[in-house]
Amino acid sequence: MLFPNLQSKLQTLKSLHSLSFILYPVIGALLALAIGGLLIWFTGKDPLQAYQVMVSGAFGGSRQVTETILKATPLLIIGLGLTVAFRSRVWNIGAEGQYYWGALCGSVIALALPDLSPWLLIPAMLAGGILGGALWSGLAGFLHLQRGINLIIVTLMLNYIAILLVQFAVRVPLRDPDGFLPESAQFSDFAQIPRLFGTRLHAGVLLALVLVGIIYILLWRTPLGFQLRAVGSRASVARYAGINVNRSILIALMMSGGLAGLAGIIEVSYSFTRLKGNISAGYGFTAILVALLGQLRPVGVLIAALLFSALTIGAESLEITLQIPVAVAQVIQALVVLFVLAGDALARQTESG
Amino acid sequence: MPWDQILSWTFLIALLAAGIRLAVPVLLAILGEIITERAGILNLGLEGIMLVGGLAGFAVAYGIESATNLRLAAAWLGLVAGAIAGALMGLMMAVLTVSFKADQVVAGVTLVLFGQGLTNYLYRQQFGLTTARVTGLPDQPLPWLAQIPVLGEVLFTHNPMVYISVLLVPLCWFFLFRTTWGLQIRAVGENPAAADTSGINVTTTRYIAILLGAALAGLGGAVLTVVQLHLFREGVTAGRGWIAVALVFFSRWYPVRALWGALLFGVADALQYRIQALGTREIPYEFLLMLPYLLTLLVLLRKSKGGEAPAALGTPYFKGRR
Repeated sequence: MLFPNLQSKLQTLKSLHSLSFILYPVIGALLALAIGGLLIWFTGKDPLQAYQVMVSGAFGGSRQVTETILKATPLLIIGLGLTVAFRSRVWNIGAEGQYYWGALCGSVIALALPDLSPWLLIPAMLAGGILGGALWSGLAGFLHLQRGINLIIVTLMLNYIAILLVQFAVRVPLRDPDGFLPESAQFSDFAQIPRLFGTRLHAGVLLALVLVGIIYILLWRTPLGFQLRAVGSRASVARYAGINVNRSILIALMMSGGLAGLAGIIEVSYSFTRLKGNISAGYGFTAILVALLGQLRPVGVLIAALLFSALTIGAESLEITLQIPVAVAQVIQALVVLFVLAGDALARQTESG
Repeated sequence: MPWDQILSWTFLIALLAAGIRLAVPVLLAILGEIITERAGILNLGLEGIMLVGGLAGFAVAYGIESATNLRLAAAWLGLVAGAIAGALMGLMMAVLTVSFKADQVVAGVTLVLFGQGLTNYLYRQQFGLTTARVTGLPDQPLPWLAQIPVLGEVLFTHNPMVYISVLLVPLCWFFLFRTTWGLQIRAVGENPAAADTSGINVTTTRYIAILLGAALAGLGGAVLTVVQLHLFREGVTAGRGWIAVALVFFSRWYPVRALWGALLFGVADALQYRIQALGTREIPYEFLLMLPYLLTLLVLLRKSKGGEAPAALGTPYFKGRR
């Protein structure tokens, strides 16, 4: 046995278990930061100074806070979708591809109707993004439900395919004939998502916040949400209770894909104002961690998205000032989730053991 | 499309030979994952494990080569380092899923993201933006056999890791189906409660199966970086770990079928490289790059007959609870 006295440790932890849902994530985050500090220390830099740089880089002023909120937005939108999927135990690992496919479909609308009034064009683009993402995840759902391919595998393989399709699209059919790089023409001003009250924040941020409420109500206040959660907790029982499990799986998949696609078109419309071959920075994957760290609760996902965004923004200033690679943020993010996962599992064991 | 070139013997022979070589990292990962899944653990972390194995292998080979110029020793020690690093990642998976009984899907996916972050960070920290290279292992044409026309060139002119990996297929079969350890692993994967009652330590058995599987995946990653590409770059495995997980389903948890799955991937990968090298413009290169992923999906579309998944796959075992 690798953990001979695990049982006695579990007993001590047992008395804490009512606090565990708050305590374990905090302990997990602290442990992850400690190991991250160790990684930084190995490279001969001062971890405390590094964390100071990170905090001021993410929150040090209104410009920094704005950046953090902007970067949190796609993570939040995708993470909310994944919350719906994971609540139903639908393992959609394909948000990255759905994000790309949504961006592609929304961009086609933006490029096709450049002169449409923004009051029509922006909603049409967003709808295109949602539809594109939902169709891409729906394709995965079709292959899973009809042909029995493992859902994780099929959503994952479709990621690679979607990204390559977008790269092809911007290199050949959608390429800006006047440009040097393989990217589409610039969107018209009408196709750029509006900013809020003269700040750098955009309407997508508001939309994401509204979505927090919508997803909460959907999951806990509607029959559909009850169905989705029932399928997630016990598919066999749900089936027995007359719930159409396959339909629920497809709904959960297409909702998560649709939100990933929405995040994709928002990012393209705001940050790039044209379609490119590389538009993501791994949002689809990071959002998996965000959803898990948020314990699949919409408000939790909001907090986790802000935390992860702050880590990334902070790490960017770390790279500039202390030459520590920005990927250190990714390591800390994964470690936080690993520790919280372990703590969570321990908490559940103490509760039931 | 230069069909006369593609349909020529030289192209086909070169394609098959390259396909076999490119199949090796995936084959090692599939074999490892078969052992792990036979014990009832779904380790989805292969992509991350292969990346970590790939970087560890590359870094060790590079370090020894630049310090001593012992190229062969550097490559072999690199491969060993890759396997050890893989096993360490496996240890994390085992602690999470066997001791803590965390959800295996969640743990596996998180392990992938951890491996990606860690390798990106360490490589950038150590090597910056330069592209460091290692020598790797030279090809070893087998005496006599390599002289056979066509067949010799396809099968017997490879680097030693190719032969070793192919030999691992029957070895893996023997281990799983003809040894006590293999029997114990399969028993734990089918019915851990019954295995427990008959005196098998479920925890230890699962730890061993995960560590063994992860070591093989780590070795696969090291073969990719040290022997095949001679370099490391971010995300160098390009989905090979996930493809390996998929091909375990195709292999129906039998080592011999793993060989066919890996070969299929290898040939698709080789085809993609070679058609690109011909410089044809009729097929966009993005579609060629898609080939291995599309083929993986296509293979899984055909419902293959044969063995079923281990009954306890994906479920943690709680002692004294049914």
